[in-house]
Amino acid sequence: MQLDQLPLNKHATVRAIDWAAMPDGEGHRLRSLGLEEGVGIEALHKGILLWKDPIAVRVGRMTIALRRKVAAAITCELPA
Amino acid sequence: MTEAMPLVALVGNPNAGKSALFNALTGARQKIANYPGVTVERKSGRIALSDGRPVELLDLPGAYSLSPDSLDEAVTRDVILGNLEGHRRPDALVIVVDAGNLDNHLRFTLELISLGLPVVVALNMIDLATRDGLELDPAKLSAELGVPVVPTVAVRKRGLDVLIETLEPQLRVKPTASLPFEERKVLTAKAHRIANSVIVSETATRQWTRTLDKVLLHPLAGPLILFGLLFLMFQSVFAWSEAPIGWIETAIAALSDGVASALPGGFFRSLIIDGVLAGVGSVVVFLPQILILFLFILILESTGYMTRAAFVMDRMMASVGLSGHSFIPLLSSFACAIPGIMATRTIMDQKDRLTTILIAPLMTCSARLPVYTVIIGAFIPARNIGPGIGLQGTVLFALYIAGIVGAMVAALFLRRTVAKGSNSSFLIEMPRYQLPLIRDIAIGLWQRAWVFLRRAGTIIFASTIILWVLLSFPKVPIDSEMTQSEYSVAGRIASGLAVVTEPIGFNDKIALALIPAMAAREVAVAALATAYSVDSGDDENATAMALGDRLAGQWSLATALAFLAWFVFAPQCISTIAVAKRETNGWKWPMFMVGYLFTLAYVAAGITYWTATAFGL
Repeated sequence: MQLDQLPLNKHATVRAIDWAAMPDGEGHRLRSLGLEEGVGIEALHKGILLWKDPIAVRVGRMTIALRRKVAAAITCELPA
Repeated sequence: MTEAMPLVALVGNPNAGKSALFNALTGARQKIANYPGVTVERKSGRIALSDGRPVELLDLPGAYSLSPDSLDEAVTRDVILGNLEGHRRPDALVIVVDAGNLDNHLRFTLELISLGLPVVVALNMIDLATRDGLELDPAKLSAELGVPVVPTVAVRKRGLDVLIETLEPQLRVKPTASLPFEERKVLTAKAHRIANSVIVSETATRQWTRTLDKVLLHPLAGPLILFGLLFLMFQSVFAWSEAPIGWIETAIAALSDGVASALPGGFFRSLIIDGVLAGVGSVVVFLPQILILFLFILILESTGYMTRAAFVMDRMMASVGLSGHSFIPLLSSFACAIPGIMATRTIMDQKDRLTTILIAPLMTCSARLPVYTVIIGAFIPARNIGPGIGLQGTVLFALYIAGIVGAMVAALFLRRTVAKGSNSSFLIEMPRYQLPLIRDIAIGLWQRAWVFLRRAGTIIFASTIILWVLLSFPKVPIDSEMTQSEYSVAGRIASGLAVVTEPIGFNDKIALALIPAMAAREVAVAALATAYSVDSGDDENATAMALGDRLAGQWSLATALAFLAWFVFAPQCISTIAVAKRETNGWKWPMFMVGYLFTLAYVAAGITYWTATAFGL
């Protein structure tokens, strides 16, 4: 399941990240913020007003905000 | 010859509480300058070891790793590696980590330790970690990392003595060769392993940040709260400043009276009363409002709310081709465009950054406040249009909105023309909420007040005196029909300029005030005060009259409104233009900025004037 589709407040694990789909520098920044294959992730907030963008997720012990388009390049897995 | 003072650098991830620790260690004794050759702000201060020996403490910009994403991060790397020309390498590092976010912060810590410099780790914000139910073992962390670890709570000044005691022996240690480079993946895995191994216990507690975010990032409540806060901020600028402004005015009037009775009439008395006191005094009066504005911005920043505001604004900024990243520099620009333009360095996309720099001067900076308040105070009645909502505050709010709307339209246009590029991006860490610390806010306010008063004492002081001289000579003959200001050198220059400004309702005194206002916008007020003061000559009552009352008698409402509209857009601040030149590496963009902003200002003032005149105002 892609991160932008992940239901709120469910613990999941990042399985794959399509680095090639990211704009320049964005992948580097994402890694700096601790987003990598294997980390625990949880969607916390989605969007403002009628927009469904940006989204806020918990990665490890921190909260980061990102755009839906980037989130769509991140594949997560919910525990069975 | 004495030995050079040891240099210790504070380094760590953004949001590790590094600046709070720096403030706690050095107090208000800080030196702010630039790093050699770059425009990154260099903050340093002095601390004393237990035997009284001084050490220079350097607060390096926050970074996530030694492979930089931004100019700030590059400076951090270059200083630590000793690669920044003209800057010595630190003798030791204090690595600041957030106890509640070790998974992420330890990766950079491991990277730093491998460099071989003597190191102490400050396990900071340990109280917040405890609040969130996390119990850590600092001794275990020290053993795992192989360096001393000191738990600290910078905001409560806890652990600082121990930190300095631990640092002391490290200063006698010579740096060793750096360890072999490790892959980032290896470092990450190691950081995770260590972070997990030092956790003694973890209990689920109520997490304040999550609870607050449910409200503050709520799709509907979030934006409502943000706009409510901004409205409150601008209302307070007026409401809270009334009393202190009164005190300053009284003090200046008393000083003026004192000078009048102590000095004989003539050149010097006029210079001091009409030039210095009328000019500089009319600007210093705005110190309370500027401090209130900075107070709000500092609180929003130190609580961690600013990044939430960026989140809330991201979509709206995206609709004009920008992102939430631009919101923080733009909000800072409400205080002053200079720190605002410098804050654009955190924007990764270059076209995004250029657009933000070009529109930053449209955010109503605090230097416009003196201009706005004088005109609003003189022409807009002080009545309420609703419970607790004053008409004056609302007009001020409308001026801020005009600047914002202008900026958004400009951004939309720029992103489609000169700053065309890829789609903007938004990626940001949202720190935990924290209560703001009075000491940190006080230091921030004190620094702002100092910068403002120094400006008042130098640029504004000098422009006021020059203007007074130009206005006072040559002396108007007694039998002349002209007033002193019309007859003077300055008046003749202004009457030339007035040809251009008359169509938009600006008389020659306004044209005159616009010239020195290039140095700094608030000088416009000082210049008007001096110009009208010189004309009143020895008439003591008229000189003492507040500038606002005097303008109310002389300008039409249409002129006043056009004057306000002009200042919403006009790029009248040489320092901002200089910073834009530095940050864009050349004259091309600042010249473009000045051109399009003056055009906007002229057109906006013109439309306002013609419309108001058509309505008979």
